[in-house]
Amino acid sequence: MSWNWSVIFDSLPKLLEGTLLTLELVLLSLLVGAVLSIPLALMRVSRNPLIRIIPLAYTFFFRGTPLLVQLFLFYYGLAQFDSVRESMFWPVLREAYWCALIVFTLNTTAYTTEILRGAIQAVPSGELEAGMAVGMSRALMLRRITLPIAYRIALPAYSNEIILMLKGSALASTITLLDLTGMARTIIARTYMPIEIFFAAGCIYLLLTFIFVQAYRLFERRMLRHQTVGGSAGAATEAG
Amino acid sequence: MFDLQGFGDQLLLGVWMTLKVAAGGLVMGLILGLAGAGLKLSKSRIAYGIGATYTTVIRGIPELLVVLIIYFGSAGVLTQVAGWLGHDEYVELSPLLAGIIALGVAFGAYATEVFRGAIQAIPKGQIEAAMACGMTGRRIFFRITLPQAWRVAIPGLGNLFQVLLKDTALISVVGLDEIMRKSQIAISNTKEPFTFFFVAALIYLSITVIVMIGQRYAEQWAGRGMARRVE
Repeated sequence: MSWNWSVIFDSLPKLLEGTLLTLELVLLSLLVGAVLSIPLALMRVSRNPLIRIIPLAYTFFFRGTPLLVQLFLFYYGLAQFDSVRESMFWPVLREAYWCALIVFTLNTTAYTTEILRGAIQAVPSGELEAGMAVGMSRALMLRRITLPIAYRIALPAYSNEIILMLKGSALASTITLLDLTGMARTIIARTYMPIEIFFAAGCIYLLLTFIFVQAYRLFERRMLRHQTVGGSAGAATEAG
Repeated sequence: MFDLQGFGDQLLLGVWMTLKVAAGGLVMGLILGLAGAGLKLSKSRIAYGIGATYTTVIRGIPELLVVLIIYFGSAGVLTQVAGWLGHDEYVELSPLLAGIIALGVAFGAYATEVFRGAIQAIPKGQIEAAMACGMTGRRIFFRITLPQAWRVAIPGLGNLFQVLLKDTALISVVGLDEIMRKSQIAISNTKEPFTFFFVAALIYLSITVIVMIGQRYAEQWAGRGMARRVE
């Protein structure tokens, strides 16, 4: 079996083009997801069961079904309804790019909401009692105490979500998008060199994972630097 | 509730196929996970290197890519091997076998870490006591290490199994007749994509709930020897 390096080099520009789309989808959906998950997580810990159930149903659906189903439901499924096809949103919902972006965002928001909910519930009650004792309003306590502490507690678990999102983005290729996986499949359909091209794509994904993990480690160390006094950053992270 | 237009039994066949590929992937993944944990806990540097490379590579690339590599990549290798053995035809794995291998390999990489943590959680004194009684290494593993490692490992493995169940949908991309592919076949006849993909979503949700309940029982069973914590 002969290994063909030249086909890898020839298709490298195309693969990098796909990598850019992958990065774009992942970063945009993570960013929007991080913002949307804050109100949802707060609703999740509400004392009112009617408010609690809305984000609960949402996260249950998006965490309990495969990403592929969600993607197909959105991209192929919505066209079943005439009302959607005739609405003003159709030019957006028709596009595979926007569908992928919306579904990835909804998916990562669901997972991030649950991570953040766990973190909010893990905020020591003594901190909140201290806030009440000095007469802080609920909004002020949320801004000054709950959210800053919850964010730091959530940080280590959130890095897993970033990697899962990066890997999940490969599904964009199933709705015709030319992300890294989609591009690799297109090149293979033309050259019929599956092993070489998939090897190259796999290496790029590994490299992306590695860069994400390293960058996140620096970010985490910076965010948790108040915990590192007298101990290593790793030990502090695990304790958090 | 939904008019499945006669495709209900086809979807049930899809559920059966999904369960088959998930069960196959689970068995293979557990074996690979135990082997991987053995490699990563080994004193040999080479063994550790193999185990670490396996988990790093598989956890760093998308599951969809693993499925595609094993399905399309293996065809080239197998055809070549068949050629050396004097067969000229094109050889490839069935989608079921490719799916089981892909899901097993992915599950195994994560299970390696779960098993490694569980095995390390066993107090050293117990192993030393077993050695003092003259138990062989293999007997220590099956009598002392494994029964206790299960207890620690089952919550983690249960979560991994839920991920695996959802990943079975990816095998539809290489043509395995599981829930997603059966839905697509039904859609090409009925032109009702939302109905069938939504039914598929509900099926996955119910499987997830059943697995969650099963996981709770499995945790109780594995922890049956432990004293219940007084609340």
